[in-house]
Amino acid sequence: MKIVISVLGRDRVGIIAMVSTVLAENGVNILNLDQTILDGFFNMIMTADMAEAKVSLKELQEILRGKGEALGLEIRVQHADIFQVMHRV
Amino acid sequence: MIELQDILETNRMIKEQNLDVRTITMGISLRDCADPDTGNFCRNIYEKITRQAEKLVQVGEDIEAEYGVPIINKRISVTPVAIAAEACRTDSYVAVAEALDRAANAVGVNFIGGFSALVHKGFTKGDLVLIDSIPEALARTERVCSSVNLASTSTGINMDCVARMGEIIKRTAELTKDRDAIGCAKLVVFANAVEDNPFMAGAFHGVGEAEVCINVGVSGPGVVMRAIEQVRGADLGVVAETVKKTAFKITRVGQLVAQEASRRLNVPFGIVDLSLAPTPAIGDSVAAILEEMGLESAGAPGTTAALALLNDAVKKGGLMASSHVGGLSGAFIPVSEDAGMIAAVERGALSLEKLEAMTCVCSVGLDMIAVPGDTSAATISAIIADEAAIGMINNKTTAVRLIPVPGKTVGDSVVFGGLLGHAPIMGVNRFRPDDFIARGGRIPAPIRSLTN
Repeated sequence: MKIVISVLGRDRVGIIAMVSTVLAENGVNILNLDQTILDGFFNMIMTADMAEAKVSLKELQEILRGKGEALGLEIRVQHADIFQVMHRV
Repeated sequence: MIELQDILETNRMIKEQNLDVRTITMGISLRDCADPDTGNFCRNIYEKITRQAEKLVQVGEDIEAEYGVPIINKRISVTPVAIAAEACRTDSYVAVAEALDRAANAVGVNFIGGFSALVHKGFTKGDLVLIDSIPEALARTERVCSSVNLASTSTGINMDCVARMGEIIKRTAELTKDRDAIGCAKLVVFANAVEDNPFMAGAFHGVGEAEVCINVGVSGPGVVMRAIEQVRGADLGVVAETVKKTAFKITRVGQLVAQEASRRLNVPFGIVDLSLAPTPAIGDSVAAILEEMGLESAGAPGTTAALALLNDAVKKGGLMASSHVGGLSGAFIPVSEDAGMIAAVERGALSLEKLEAMTCVCSVGLDMIAVPGDTSAATISAIIADEAAIGMINNKTTAVRLIPVPGKTVGDSVVFGGLLGHAPIMGVNRFRPDDFIARGGRIPAPIRSLTN
């Protein structure tokens, strides 16, 4: 299953490292990463594959939500299909 | 490969523009539950509904969490009770409504539709028992919704039922007057009712439907409004194109949710209903879309034309996004559930008569309109007859959900709360239709050619 992780919040050192570490620890493979700073706000979109994951999508959402809140970040983890169906015929 | 812009756009729609899936509705046939003993029948339907819908709410919540799109309601529609319960030897179906309420409560859905009768040509014994049970059934239950189909293009209008429904609506209001007549918010009178409507209060599982099915209603007025904001000043062809593209995107999400729910519940997918369903939330209003098109207020001259464009473009965009489209499929214009419609009424821009004109070009009808408590049964019946005539002649679904609020009049307002919203009491034409309604009988089916 492909997932999309979107991260939004004030920029600081170590955001990508934190997210990547969580994914690596849980067997989630990063496929693509797109990141930009808009008006001092950190915007990152990551696509990843959960084929070998050790956790469920719900569990991953919980872990990243908790880590994100601690750093003042909003982290959403969604099944990638919602973006595929909306933007591809 | 998914583009960054696409992801941001989708999440903006969800977070800022109130994109949601309005309802996943499971249709369940109760035709195999018949029993001459009402107690046995109630046990049968309770057992069947709770078995079939056991996982409905959980699956809805799982899909919502995984895809990150809110699914506001999980609901159930059942075979019209007048049909399913007809074998019962009883003169009241109130106990059946209570069994439906208990089943809905047990599986955690907020509404169950199908306390219904289809009487567009005439009444059976069960139809009469059901209709007479409606006021007490709606007063004694919380989640049960009721509907009566009393006209169709192929049969005409059952005016005996029209007359009776005026009385039933008044009685329902009276029995729930301590809660601003909320019983009437759960009662819809239809012409050309559809069998696969996922939206309440008018949902029922039609007799041509499968044993069980999943129907999904999409929403998204906020998303459409934001898209039209981007083409300010452009001509109306551009506006229509913009609505089409947006409706396509909204509907694709509905289709995805419907397919996933169907797969996980192992229940066949029925249809996606392409309705723009507003909520009382700011920015989730059909009226606001009309105003964004260039009208000072919903209800101004031009409103019917703007609504016709909107309704048609939503269908054209949505049709390609779903494998099966059905239900009501159109823009809803409920007054109490749409902040922009409420404001239009309060500023004097929108009248009952203009709303009636608007229903000629969109789904579904005079919906969630509070009227003075002293509005007579005959006047309510006559409003129903007018609306049914529009549906009958134009070969479309129309409906009436009027709430005559006891003790209140023009200038007052009522608060139902939640998705049902609040409503200013609207004025009703004071001239009397009593003798017309008292005639009864049937208005014959209309001619289908020479249609000017």
